[in-house]
Amino acid sequence: MNNKIIVGIVVIVAIAAGIYGYMYYSSPKTSQTSISLTGSGATFPFPLLDTMIKQYETQKTNVLINYQSIGSGGGIAALEGKTVDFAASDAPLGAADMVMAPNSLHIPETIGAVTIAYNLPNVKTGFHLSGSVIADIFSGKVTTWNDPEIQALNSNVTLPSNNILIVHRSDGSGTTFIFTGYLSLSSDSWKSALGQGKTVAWPVGIGANGNTGVASVVQGTQYTIGYVELAYALQNKMTVAAIQNPAGNWILPTLNTIQIAVQSGASKGLPAGGGDWSGVNLLNAPDPQAYPIVSFTYLLVYKELNVIPGMTQDRATSLTQFLWWVVHDGQANAPGLAYVQLPSNVVQIDEASIKSITFNGQQLPTS
Amino acid sequence: MTQNTSVDSVFKILTAILAASALLILIITGYTLLSGSLPVLKIFGISFFTGTQWNPVEGREVFGALPYLLGTLATSAIALLIGVPLSIGIAIFLVEMAPRAIRVPISYFIDILAAVPSVIYGLWGIFVLRYWIVDYIETPLSTYLGWIPIFSGTPYGLDVFTAGVILAIMIIPTISSVSREVISAVPNSIREGAYSIGATRWEMIRNWVLSYGRSGLFGAVILGLGRAIGETMAVTMVIGNTVGPAAIPTSLFKGSQTMSSLIANGFLEATPASLELPAYIGVGLLLLLLSLAINIIAEIMVSRVFKIKGGAIE
Amino acid sequence: MKSYAYRKFKDRLFFVLSLTCVLVALAPLASILIEVIIRGAPQLSVQFFTQPAGVIGGSAGGIGPAIQGTLILIVLTSLLGVPLGVMSGIYLAEYGNNKYGTLMRMFNNVLTEFPSIVVGLTVFIIIVLTLGHFSPIAGAIALSFIMIPVVARTTEESLKLVPNSVREASLALGVRRWRTIISVVLPSAKASLVTGTLLAVARIAGETAPLIMTVLGNQNFFQGFSQPMDALPLRIWRDALLPYPEFQAQGWGAALVLIIMVLSINISVRWISTRSGR
Repeated sequence: MNNKIIVGIVVIVAIAAGIYGYMYYSSPKTSQTSISLTGSGATFPFPLLDTMIKQYETQKTNVLINYQSIGSGGGIAALEGKTVDFAASDAPLGAADMVMAPNSLHIPETIGAVTIAYNLPNVKTGFHLSGSVIADIFSGKVTTWNDPEIQALNSNVTLPSNNILIVHRSDGSGTTFIFTGYLSLSSDSWKSALGQGKTVAWPVGIGANGNTGVASVVQGTQYTIGYVELAYALQNKMTVAAIQNPAGNWILPTLNTIQIAVQSGASKGLPAGGGDWSGVNLLNAPDPQAYPIVSFTYLLVYKELNVIPGMTQDRATSLTQFLWWVVHDGQANAPGLAYVQLPSNVVQIDEASIKSITFNGQQLPTS
Repeated sequence: MTQNTSVDSVFKILTAILAASALLILIITGYTLLSGSLPVLKIFGISFFTGTQWNPVEGREVFGALPYLLGTLATSAIALLIGVPLSIGIAIFLVEMAPRAIRVPISYFIDILAAVPSVIYGLWGIFVLRYWIVDYIETPLSTYLGWIPIFSGTPYGLDVFTAGVILAIMIIPTISSVSREVISAVPNSIREGAYSIGATRWEMIRNWVLSYGRSGLFGAVILGLGRAIGETMAVTMVIGNTVGPAAIPTSLFKGSQTMSSLIANGFLEATPASLELPAYIGVGLLLLLLSLAINIIAEIMVSRVFKIKGGAIE
Repeated sequence: MKSYAYRKFKDRLFFVLSLTCVLVALAPLASILIEVIIRGAPQLSVQFFTQPAGVIGGSAGGIGPAIQGTLILIVLTSLLGVPLGVMSGIYLAEYGNNKYGTLMRMFNNVLTEFPSIVVGLTVFIIIVLTLGHFSPIAGAIALSFIMIPVVARTTEESLKLVPNSVREASLALGVRRWRTIISVVLPSAKASLVTGTLLAVARIAGETAPLIMTVLGNQNFFQGFSQPMDALPLRIWRDALLPYPEFQAQGWGAALVLIIMVLSINISVRWISTRSGR
């Protein structure tokens, strides 16, 4: 009797394995030799990249792209370790990273904004914050919602006396890089004590994994405040603060205010793809209607692809073609998902970068 | 007298070598983590284990693993505080008090607790247990006893306490099954001796059985501690993920970080040739050393009680 | 001297307390099972089992790649873990009544309780960083670090249950020692060897930490041995942390599939053991 049961279990497992093997072999994508590409990195562009990838895969049915959103830090680490074909990061490569990933290209693929999302039961709109107050909140100097600093900016809002629960990122994040860059510009004490980085020594608050994790915690817990990329905040209908920009206006993060920021901001004077992007930012753009916390997000790839173990001519060509598609046709996906399309001058820089990608010294076709 | 041919010797040696697989794996792990963390240990030395700052920002790197060691110890301590009385109560119930008919089903269900994967405990923890704890335990405690430092901080459920509770549930099967064996191994003569002088059942258990099995029960507790220290996923999902001095567990209701959750959260981001990856490896090394120490002690204590014999033919 | 009534009261009280301990411990189990079923069951469909993950905002797709990945990992890990574990267990049971055996047994038991994140970290450094890519093989090696000691222990216990008379009879007939073990003892213990292996499989099917750093995860089905791969526990972890409700729901569905897999192995193992009278 025992034997029969054991045989039965083995048979069930064999059937399950058989079914899956059948599916694998019969699925149209894998019946031809398919080309697999792997990328990892930022969580911010994940919804857009995911949508773009799936659309691209329906057009080019022999290409399968796997993007794992593990955080910008993870993407850069993977790029340096050459364990992926491309990486995505909200933060550009710093000096040390450029040494570890020599001859790599920055290809901005979309533009993001960092929103300050909060969860106050009775305050749904009209909540104002300025850069220095945000810095004081996140450094623990301001601890309650009705602190005078906050109240001063919100004279017609009743704020509760509860403690502020701060939510920050627990993983290495380009979103953190952008956010702490803004805080460093807004507050000298922040700049000297904590500085800008993909991770900083947060003195207060709890850490959550990915934009997704922060959004989850803020939405699920009252009296929290956190920083979340715009797409995640809009998708989840989170309440966000209006931030004071250099012109003195209170600006809510919308596709419009971000587009204005990109157009008026440092869209001039951008380096070439292979140059140093560590100083590039779109923070505090000058236009009166511009949202102040805006940034590019980058795809990172090596200029000479043969440095990646296992790279072949076919895969290199597919990668190049994919990147070309992302900055052209792929951009049409952006507005529907709350991302801002690349302005034409940035597309031109990207085109030059993508054309410079080589495999074994040979330039690769872009379509 | 068995004949020993050369094939017999080869077979015996082959299996003897493979029996050392576990030791080999431990050595490989230890060596890999030690050599991987050398860059950071050379620079920071002992302050890596005693420091509390964690800053991977270029140019101002400083790494200290102490908060995470404290986080591991704190969550494990809470797990033991809650889990040990429950486990021993379960063991007593199953061995001494339960009618035979329900003994097997109940012990079976307790063992199923051990079969549930850690990530599912974590999933349940963030979506179910956490809200229950905030509503029924943390908020009342914080309202009435919030002036006591250990209950300070606004409770939002992703903290040391929730992590400790989940760990407690996870170590109950370990501690209770060993405790059951310890209590069962107490000779009946001891029980009969107690009854013969008029003890009630509880008095017999408390004064005779438990004291006879004292060392075995203690071994069971240490075994549970070893399990708690090594747990990763469930803790990572509910511990709150703070970094640096903010991770020092000063209150039950504040977020913290254990050594294993720090690695699970952060190592993928650590750039291979900066100091960050060696720092995470160093935390892994500390965790390995602590886990080895506790588990070896637990094994020695428990085996002393049971004197496990090997070899079918003496 | 305390009155008998008081002592009797304490006796009853502690009975109730002990029973309460049991109920308190079982309540989370009931809650987990109920929640996983309630939240996960609505997800189950043919599409859920066979499709890859869908697009955000579109149809949520399924967890096909995760299920396939877990099955592949189970097979690969067993290829490595079962032979090494069984041979190790043979030594401990048949020859291991000495200092060396006792020591190896201790290290074996220590390894079963080892932090799985450390295992993942080690294999990441040794294999993923040197090879330059994530891989199902790295995942299988990491999981085998966990499987080998579990299989070794269950093999030892299974073999020790075979009565000595069987061994002595075989030796008395002139069969060599090694042949006795392989052709006589192992077959006698067949049922419990298989159940032990199945329990080890259930254990590794649920492990997440070793996989984060070795197979990474994949949106698509198995792509070959030099590409990342998806797995059930990974999918649960990643989906659970997304704030999109349709993906969180998929995480619960995946949790239901995993729990069914793990518990059915455990239940059938129990059933076999009790039916055979052990």
